[in-house]
Amino acid sequence: MSDELAFLAHQQGDSVAVAVRDVEAGKARLAYLDSEDQIEIVTREAIPLGHKVALVSIPAEASIVEYGEIIGSSRGQIEAGELVHIHNIRSNRWQIKA
Amino acid sequence: MANQGLTGYRRANGAVGIRNYVVILAVDDLSNAAVEGIAALVPGTIAIPHAYGRLQFGEDLELTFRTLIGTGANPNVAAVVVVGIEPSWTDRVADGIALTQKPVERLSIERNGDLNTIAQGARIAARLLQDASEIQRTPVERSEVMMSIKCGESDTTSGLGACPTTSQAVDRTVLAGGTVLFGETTELTGGEHLIANRCVNDAVKDKFMAFFNDYLATVEAQGVDLLGSQPTQGNIRGGLSTIEEKAMGNIAKTGSVPVVDALEPAVAPSVPGLNFMDTSSAAAECITLMAAAGAVIHLFPTGQGNIIGNPIEPVIKITANPLTASTMGEHIDLDVSGLLRRDYGLKEAGDQLMELIDRTINGRLTAAEAIGHKEFVITKLYRSA
Repeated sequence: MSDELAFLAHQQGDSVAVAVRDVEAGKARLAYLDSEDQIEIVTREAIPLGHKVALVSIPAEASIVEYGEIIGSSRGQIEAGELVHIHNIRSNRWQIKA
Repeated sequence: MANQGLTGYRRANGAVGIRNYVVILAVDDLSNAAVEGIAALVPGTIAIPHAYGRLQFGEDLELTFRTLIGTGANPNVAAVVVVGIEPSWTDRVADGIALTQKPVERLSIERNGDLNTIAQGARIAARLLQDASEIQRTPVERSEVMMSIKCGESDTTSGLGACPTTSQAVDRTVLAGGTVLFGETTELTGGEHLIANRCVNDAVKDKFMAFFNDYLATVEAQGVDLLGSQPTQGNIRGGLSTIEEKAMGNIAKTGSVPVVDALEPAVAPSVPGLNFMDTSSAAAECITLMAAAGAVIHLFPTGQGNIIGNPIEPVIKITANPLTASTMGEHIDLDVSGLLRRDYGLKEAGDQLMELIDRTINGRLTAAEAIGHKEFVITKLYRSA
């Protein structure tokens, strides 16, 4: 594992964090914007710069929290360490209509 | 706050500009060739052509007039030559600008033709440009320099770095007594409650929510939603997944100060502080409306690299995306990607931005000015007659 910072989370309690560089699968360092805390997480897949990783296991149809606010819902189960993007989360506001 | 060596151009009506342009302004699309012809003969003036101004009616026409008059009235503009196809609407625009007491001349093309209009306009423009060249910069206060903010081609680095840095400048400018405009109505979706809760009173909150609900109703009346358009494909490539996530990054640039008023598009604010304006989130439309409301310097956080400029309002680009900073450097004024590596903190990034703002106020060209980005786009509310 590179010791270089890999992820930033906006707030403690957020369910996702953002990759601040291209990150390989494996152990990675995460910092919080709202504190001095840093932790180590394990990613299950590569997370490109700017993309999000799940910090906790998220059941299907559950709220995704970033900035301490709900930014959408999971489409299915998301495991901690997985990439979080449009393939597995959706907006609660604008959805494809039937 | 004490003056920090800032200089600008104090106009006859007291408003403060940071540039000293002579503008050749088209009233309508038919006059574009004439304004470009005049500006070609008098280098140093700026032609502002655009796509509309014919057969508009009602609120849509009023917004076009307000945008054109506001553009000419902007304190970055020293003098204006207004050119329209016929005299009546040309007079309406020129008379509106003349309320600022700055020099305004007018020409209409019917019963004259393009070539005579260009020749006459060029003689007038040359004289206005010579006169404007003698206007001196004088000391100005930060509170007198109206700022606007709008981000574009956002990604997750916008919310982590570029927007919070902009937020620092918003808070510091407002605390100094200044006025800041923000807008992008649809891009508040998912975070509208956060803006509503920052409104200074119920009257402003109700105005803001009326604008917000009206925009969503307009979208829904088309029988569609904005999925596929918001977030944009560029946003998604940069890692943004939902409109709510995009809104949170957007709101991160608005600082922590209260929202003092909610304005119709292109209406000049009457209360100092952070003002919301009902605008599209499309960069050129939004900045055109903000400049027409009197903003003279724009802060533009970007993630994937929006390259927007404006003919009369300098646009400062801020990015925290290291890939954008390294591949699109000619468009970027301030690289704060160090925030992502935690090389420095938000206050230091804010200090860097304030220093750049001050230099830009005092005359340093922005990246967009240096390479000639001058996007001017009128917001069209509905189709013409």
